[in-house]
Amino acid sequence: MSTAGGNEGRHPLFMPLILVGGLIFGFGLGYSHMARPEVVLDFLQFEDFGLLFVMFGGAAVTGLAYVVVPRLFDRAPLTGDRFGRRLKSFDRNVLIGGGIFGVGWGLSGICPGAGYASLGVGNLPILWAIGGMFIGAYAQGVWRSRTAQAEATAASSD
Amino acid sequence: MVADLLVLAELFPNGISRYAIGGLFVGLGAAVIYAGTAINAGASTFLESTLSYVSDRSRFARYAGSRDWRLVFTLGIILGAAVYAVVYQDGTWTTDVAAWRLLVGGILVGIGTRVGKGCTSGHGVCGVGSASKTSIAGVLAFLLTAIITAQIVAALGVTP
Repeated sequence: MSTAGGNEGRHPLFMPLILVGGLIFGFGLGYSHMARPEVVLDFLQFEDFGLLFVMFGGAAVTGLAYVVVPRLFDRAPLTGDRFGRRLKSFDRNVLIGGGIFGVGWGLSGICPGAGYASLGVGNLPILWAIGGMFIGAYAQGVWRSRTAQAEATAASSD
Repeated sequence: MVADLLVLAELFPNGISRYAIGGLFVGLGAAVIYAGTAINAGASTFLESTLSYVSDRSRFARYAGSRDWRLVFTLGIILGAAVYAVVYQDGTWTTDVAAWRLLVGGILVGIGTRVGKGCTSGHGVCGVGSASKTSIAGVLAFLLTAIITAQIVAALGVTP
């Protein structure tokens, strides 16, 4: 993540590769119909279980990449970073946040990646959902920044 | 045999190929980025990283270094879906889901993904692909509440 985070001395192919990856990713979201909230709601209402194949199909490919890619390259060709899996620490926020995310997903039928893709298929009303996601992320960020500050102040005054 | 096929047709009224092929492309997009950069791409950090353009708060500022490529990744997703639409879709497609559902649902998605450290792509595709127990727990949590919510909303007669 070190080099990926900064923007000095980036490989000239870094941005083009991100764009190509995004194109393939977005094409897949369009092709799978996941960019349509109705299809997601049909899945959640047990009317069409096909969406399971999108998530597990995607996870199967990334799972293969996590096994194969580190054997092909010692470090990532465009960033020089070491390959790691996506492992995040577990705490109850994972369940609380996941639970809140699910209520929103079940109400709207849309998640962030599929929301961006939905714009691409011409679904302008999805801007309501994307706007909502920014509002939610902003509110959470403001709250979290404040809590972090309060904790830092409390710690330093000890 | 025929009975089995009937059950399958009931569970998958639109077949499975569009879902499976679409899913493979989603995974391939993430895998291409991973192979070149070692980055585990998720779609929702874009929200915070983009907010760093307009807010100095520490929570957003820590993503300032990645905000440009996350913007490019999101543009790629929009363009990729547009390529799908041009090739396979008759004109533009718009949802019938009510605006209030999209807005309120979107707000909860925005809060939840940031509290819960990931979304359907971060936890669902990259995290599950990593066999991360945290991500599997996150996926189970959001699948459960999403199913309950969607079923309740449908039972209340809100369509769509």
